[in-house]
Amino acid sequence: MNMTTRIPPILLPLLLAAAMAGAHAATPAELAANYASQSGTAPAAARGEQFFTSRHGREWSCSTCHGTPPTNTGKHASTGKAISALAPAFNADRFTDLAKSEKWFRRNCNDVVGRECSAGEKADVLAWLLTLKK
Amino acid sequence: MRTSVRTTLPLLALLLLAAPFARADGYRSAPTLPKYVQECSSCHIAYPLGALPNASWHRLLGNLPRHFGTDASVDAATLKEITTWVDANTETWKRVGEQPPADRITRSAWFERKHREVEPAAWKRAAIKSPSNCAACHPRAEEGDFNEHRVRIPR
Repeated sequence: MNMTTRIPPILLPLLLAAAMAGAHAATPAELAANYASQSGTAPAAARGEQFFTSRHGREWSCSTCHGTPPTNTGKHASTGKAISALAPAFNADRFTDLAKSEKWFRRNCNDVVGRECSAGEKADVLAWLLTLKK
Repeated sequence: MRTSVRTTLPLLALLLLAAPFARADGYRSAPTLPKYVQECSSCHIAYPLGALPNASWHRLLGNLPRHFGTDASVDAATLKEITTWVDANTETWKRVGEQPPADRITRSAWFERKHREVEPAAWKRAAIKSPSNCAACHPRAEEGDFNEHRVRIPR
Protein backbone atom coordinates (compact mmCIF):
# COMPACT_ATOMS: atom_id res chain seq x y z
CA MET A 1 0.00 0.00 0.00
CA ASN A 2 2.35 2.60 1.28
CA MET A 3 5.22 1.65 -0.98
CA THR A 4 6.42 5.22 -1.61
CA THR A 5 7.62 5.81 1.96
CA ARG A 6 9.54 2.56 2.25
CA ILE A 7 13.31 3.03 2.25
CA PRO A 8 15.35 0.46 0.30
CA PRO A 9 17.30 -1.56 2.93
CA ILE A 10 20.56 -0.87 1.15
CA LEU A 11 20.18 2.85 1.92
CA LEU A 12 19.58 2.39 5.65
CA PRO A 13 23.22 2.26 6.78
CA LEU A 14 23.98 5.30 4.64
CA LEU A 15 21.10 7.28 6.12
CA LEU A 16 22.11 6.23 9.62
CA ALA A 17 25.68 7.32 9.04
CA ALA A 18 24.51 10.66 7.70
CA ALA A 19 22.27 11.15 10.72
CA MET A 20 25.08 10.31 13.13
CA ALA A 21 27.57 12.56 11.40
CA GLY A 22 25.14 15.39 11.89
CA ALA A 23 24.33 14.46 15.48
CA HIS A 24 26.53 17.19 16.92
CA ALA A 25 25.72 19.89 14.42
CA ALA A 26 23.23 22.34 15.84
CA THR A 27 22.52 26.02 15.62
CA PRO A 28 22.80 28.42 18.56
CA ALA A 29 19.04 28.99 18.29
CA GLU A 30 18.42 25.25 18.65
CA LEU A 31 20.63 25.05 21.73
CA ALA A 32 18.85 28.08 23.18
CA ALA A 33 15.48 26.43 22.61
CA ASN A 34 16.78 23.22 24.18
CA TYR A 35 17.91 24.99 27.37
CA ALA A 36 14.68 27.01 27.51
CA SER A 37 12.51 23.91 27.27
CA GLN A 38 14.58 22.17 29.98
CA SER A 39 14.16 25.09 32.34
CA GLY A 40 10.44 25.47 31.74
CA THR A 41 10.55 29.27 32.00
CA ALA A 42 10.99 31.91 29.32
CA PRO A 43 14.62 33.01 28.96
CA ALA A 44 15.47 36.64 29.70
CA ALA A 45 18.42 38.25 27.95
CA ALA A 46 18.72 40.98 30.63
CA ARG A 47 19.02 38.32 33.34
CA GLY A 48 21.65 36.56 31.24
CA GLU A 49 23.70 39.73 30.89
CA GLN A 50 23.53 40.33 34.65
CA PHE A 51 24.60 36.74 35.34
CA PHE A 52 27.43 36.88 32.81
CA THR A 53 28.96 40.16 33.93
CA SER A 54 28.63 39.67 37.72
CA ARG A 55 30.83 37.79 40.10
CA HIS A 56 29.17 35.10 42.15
CA GLY A 57 31.12 35.18 45.39
CA ARG A 58 34.30 34.07 43.70
CA GLU A 59 37.28 35.60 41.96
CA TRP A 60 36.04 35.55 38.38
CA SER A 61 32.93 36.42 36.40
CA CYS A 62 32.27 35.01 32.93
CA SER A 63 33.43 38.40 31.61
CA THR A 64 36.81 38.07 33.29
CA CYS A 65 37.96 35.74 30.51
CA HIS A 66 35.38 36.34 27.76
CA GLY A 67 35.33 40.15 27.95
CA THR A 68 32.43 42.62 28.18
CA PRO A 69 30.64 42.27 25.88
CA PRO A 70 32.09 38.93 24.68
CA THR A 71 32.25 40.01 21.05
CA ASN A 72 36.04 40.21 20.81
CA THR A 73 38.90 37.88 21.60
CA GLY A 74 39.09 37.26 25.34
CA LYS A 75 41.96 36.19 27.50
CA HIS A 76 42.26 33.35 29.99
CA ALA A 77 42.54 34.88 33.47
CA SER A 78 45.36 32.68 34.66
CA THR A 79 47.25 31.54 31.57
CA GLY A 80 46.77 34.60 29.35
CA LYS A 81 45.87 32.42 26.36
CA ALA A 82 43.59 34.06 23.79
CA ILE A 83 39.95 32.92 23.81
CA SER A 84 38.06 33.46 20.57
CA ALA A 85 34.89 35.54 20.68
CA LEU A 86 31.93 33.89 22.41
CA ALA A 87 28.92 35.66 20.90
CA PRO A 88 27.67 33.54 17.97
CA ALA A 89 27.37 36.53 15.62
CA PHE A 90 31.11 37.08 16.00
CA ASN A 91 32.21 33.44 15.92
CA ALA A 92 30.30 30.93 13.84
CA ASP A 93 31.68 27.94 15.79
CA ARG A 94 30.07 28.93 19.07
CA PHE A 95 27.08 26.96 20.39
CA THR A 96 26.90 24.57 17.45
CA ASP A 97 27.65 21.41 19.46
CA LEU A 98 25.55 20.59 22.53
CA ALA A 99 28.19 18.33 24.11
CA LYS A 100 30.83 21.01 23.77
CA SER A 101 28.56 23.69 25.22
CA GLU A 102 27.67 21.41 28.12
CA LYS A 103 31.32 20.66 28.82
CA TRP A 104 32.26 24.32 28.99
CA PHE A 105 29.20 25.34 31.02
CA ARG A 106 30.13 22.59 33.50
CA ARG A 107 33.77 23.64 33.77
CA ASN A 108 33.27 27.38 33.75
CA CYS A 109 30.20 27.51 36.01
CA ASN A 110 32.21 25.51 38.55
CA ASP A 111 34.95 28.11 38.34
CA VAL A 112 32.70 31.17 38.40
CA VAL A 113 29.73 30.09 40.53
CA GLY A 114 31.12 27.08 42.36
CA ARG A 115 28.43 24.76 41.03
CA GLU A 116 26.89 23.71 37.74
CA CYS A 117 24.58 26.23 36.11
CA SER A 118 20.87 25.52 35.84
CA ALA A 119 19.20 25.13 32.45
CA GLY A 120 17.49 28.47 33.12
CA GLU A 121 20.79 30.25 33.68
CA LYS A 122 22.22 28.76 30.50
CA ALA A 123 19.09 29.76 28.56
CA ASP A 124 19.35 33.34 29.89
CA VAL A 125 23.03 33.68 29.03
CA LEU A 126 22.56 32.27 25.55
CA ALA A 127 19.54 34.51 24.99
CA TRP A 128 21.72 37.52 25.82
CA LEU A 129 24.62 36.33 23.65
CA LEU A 130 22.20 35.99 20.73
CA THR A 131 21.20 39.65 21.09
CA LEU A 132 24.80 40.76 20.45
CA LYS A 133 25.01 41.69 16.78
CA LYS A 134 27.62 43.21 14.53
CA MET B 1 80.84 37.76 0.69
CA ARG B 2 82.91 34.79 -0.13
CA THR B 3 83.83 34.16 3.49
CA SER B 4 80.28 34.39 4.65
CA VAL B 5 79.16 31.78 2.14
CA ARG B 6 82.08 29.63 3.14
CA THR B 7 81.07 29.76 6.78
CA THR B 8 77.34 29.58 6.21
CA LEU B 9 77.30 26.51 4.02
CA PRO B 10 78.95 24.14 6.48
CA LEU B 11 76.70 25.53 9.20
CA LEU B 12 73.66 24.84 7.06
CA ALA B 13 74.86 21.35 6.33
CA LEU B 14 75.39 20.77 10.03
CA LEU B 15 71.89 21.99 10.78
CA LEU B 16 70.41 19.68 8.17
CA LEU B 17 72.38 16.77 9.53
CA ALA B 18 71.33 17.54 13.06
CA ALA B 19 67.64 17.91 12.19
CA PRO B 20 66.71 14.25 12.66
CA PHE B 21 68.16 14.37 16.17
CA ALA B 22 66.24 17.47 17.20
CA ARG B 23 63.56 15.33 18.84
CA ALA B 24 66.00 13.86 21.31
CA ASP B 25 66.52 17.33 22.68
CA GLY B 26 62.83 17.73 23.26
CA TYR B 27 62.21 20.19 20.48
CA ARG B 28 59.62 19.63 17.79
CA SER B 29 57.67 17.34 20.02
CA ALA B 30 54.20 18.76 19.65
CA PRO B 31 51.60 16.40 21.08
CA THR B 32 49.69 14.62 18.37
CA LEU B 33 46.62 13.07 19.97
CA PRO B 34 43.68 15.20 18.74
CA LYS B 35 41.79 14.69 22.02
CA TYR B 36 44.76 15.88 24.05
CA VAL B 37 45.13 18.96 21.89
CA GLN B 38 41.39 19.63 21.93
CA GLU B 39 40.91 19.21 25.67
CA CYS B 40 44.16 20.71 26.94
CA SER B 41 44.99 23.52 24.56
CA SER B 42 41.87 25.62 25.05
CA CYS B 43 43.34 27.32 28.10
CA HIS B 44 47.07 26.86 27.52
CA ILE B 45 49.26 25.40 24.81
CA ALA B 46 49.28 21.61 24.49
CA TYR B 47 52.36 21.16 26.66
CA PRO B 48 54.90 18.65 25.34
CA LEU B 49 54.80 15.38 27.24
CA GLY B 50 58.57 15.49 27.60
CA ALA B 51 58.37 18.43 29.99
CA LEU B 52 57.18 16.35 32.96
CA PRO B 53 57.88 12.91 34.38
CA ASN B 54 55.12 10.36 33.79
CA ALA B 55 54.17 10.32 37.50
CA SER B 56 53.39 14.04 37.30
CA TRP B 57 51.20 13.56 34.22
CA HIS B 58 49.30 10.86 36.06
CA ARG B 59 48.60 13.07 39.06
CA LEU B 60 47.44 15.91 36.79
CA LEU B 61 45.15 13.64 34.80
CA GLY B 62 43.74 12.18 38.01
CA ASN B 63 42.77 15.60 39.33
CA LEU B 64 41.40 17.52 36.31
CA PRO B 65 38.28 18.82 38.11
CA ARG B 66 40.68 20.76 40.38
CA HIS B 67 43.34 21.77 37.88
CA PHE B 68 45.39 24.69 39.24
CA GLY B 69 42.27 26.43 40.49
CA THR B 70 40.00 25.64 37.57
CA ASP B 71 37.69 22.83 36.54
CA ALA B 72 39.29 21.12 33.52
CA SER B 73 37.23 17.94 33.83
CA VAL B 74 36.73 15.65 30.82
CA ASP B 75 34.38 12.72 30.39
CA ALA B 76 35.52 9.25 31.43
CA ALA B 77 36.14 7.96 27.90
CA THR B 78 38.27 10.98 27.03
CA LEU B 79 40.26 10.68 30.24
CA LYS B 80 41.00 7.04 29.48
CA GLU B 81 42.03 7.80 25.89
CA ILE B 82 44.38 10.59 26.96
CA THR B 83 45.90 8.58 29.82
CA THR B 84 46.58 5.59 27.56
CA TRP B 85 48.19 7.86 25.01
CA VAL B 86 50.31 9.62 27.63
CA ASP B 87 51.59 6.28 28.92
CA ALA B 88 52.44 5.12 25.41
CA ASN B 89 54.16 8.35 24.39
CA THR B 90 55.89 9.85 27.39
CA GLU B 91 59.43 10.46 26.35
CA THR B 92 60.58 12.63 29.21
CA TRP B 93 63.29 15.06 28.19
CA LYS B 94 66.77 14.27 29.42
CA ARG B 95 67.00 17.53 31.33
CA VAL B 96 63.89 16.70 33.35
CA GLY B 97 64.82 15.21 36.67
CA GLU B 98 62.53 15.64 39.64
CA GLN B 99 58.76 15.76 39.82
CA PRO B 100 58.36 19.54 40.20
CA PRO B 101 56.38 21.10 43.08
CA ALA B 102 52.62 20.84 42.38
CA ASP B 103 53.56 19.16 39.09
CA ARG B 104 54.05 22.59 37.58
CA ILE B 105 56.39 22.55 34.57
CA THR B 106 57.30 26.14 35.42
CA ARG B 107 58.57 25.17 38.88
CA SER B 108 61.04 22.59 37.51
CA ALA B 109 64.73 23.24 38.17
CA TRP B 110 65.47 22.97 34.44
CA PHE B 111 62.71 25.48 33.58
CA GLU B 112 64.03 28.00 36.08
CA ARG B 113 67.57 27.47 34.83
CA LYS B 114 66.57 27.96 31.19
CA HIS B 115 64.69 31.16 32.04
CA ARG B 116 67.12 32.69 34.52
CA GLU B 117 67.97 35.52 32.09
CA VAL B 118 64.36 36.68 31.96
CA GLU B 119 63.95 39.59 34.34
CA PRO B 120 61.30 38.97 37.01
CA ALA B 121 59.20 41.99 35.94
CA ALA B 122 58.92 40.64 32.37
CA TRP B 123 56.72 37.74 33.48
CA LYS B 124 54.14 40.19 34.79
CA ARG B 125 53.70 42.14 31.53
CA ALA B 126 50.16 42.19 30.16
CA ALA B 127 51.18 40.26 27.04
CA ILE B 128 52.79 37.49 29.10
CA LYS B 129 51.00 37.32 32.46
CA SER B 130 52.30 33.94 33.49
CA PRO B 131 55.28 31.64 32.89
CA SER B 132 52.73 29.07 31.70
CA ASN B 133 51.96 31.28 28.69
CA CYS B 134 54.78 29.76 26.58
CA ALA B 135 53.51 31.15 23.29
CA ALA B 136 53.84 34.75 24.50
CA CYS B 137 57.60 34.52 23.89
CA HIS B 138 58.01 31.24 21.97
CA PRO B 139 56.01 31.95 18.80
CA ARG B 140 56.02 28.32 17.69
CA ALA B 141 55.42 26.75 21.11
CA GLU B 142 52.16 25.27 19.89
CA GLU B 143 54.20 23.22 17.40
CA GLY B 144 56.55 22.04 20.12
CA ASP B 145 59.29 24.44 19.04
CA PHE B 146 60.96 26.23 21.98
CA ASN B 147 64.20 27.08 20.16
CA GLU B 148 65.80 29.97 22.00
CA HIS B 149 66.79 31.68 18.75
CA ARG B 150 63.16 32.33 18.02
CA VAL B 151 62.37 33.80 21.43
CA ARG B 152 60.81 37.28 21.32
CA ILE B 153 59.93 38.71 24.70
CA PRO B 154 57.07 41.21 24.24
CA ARG B 155 57.57 44.65 25.72
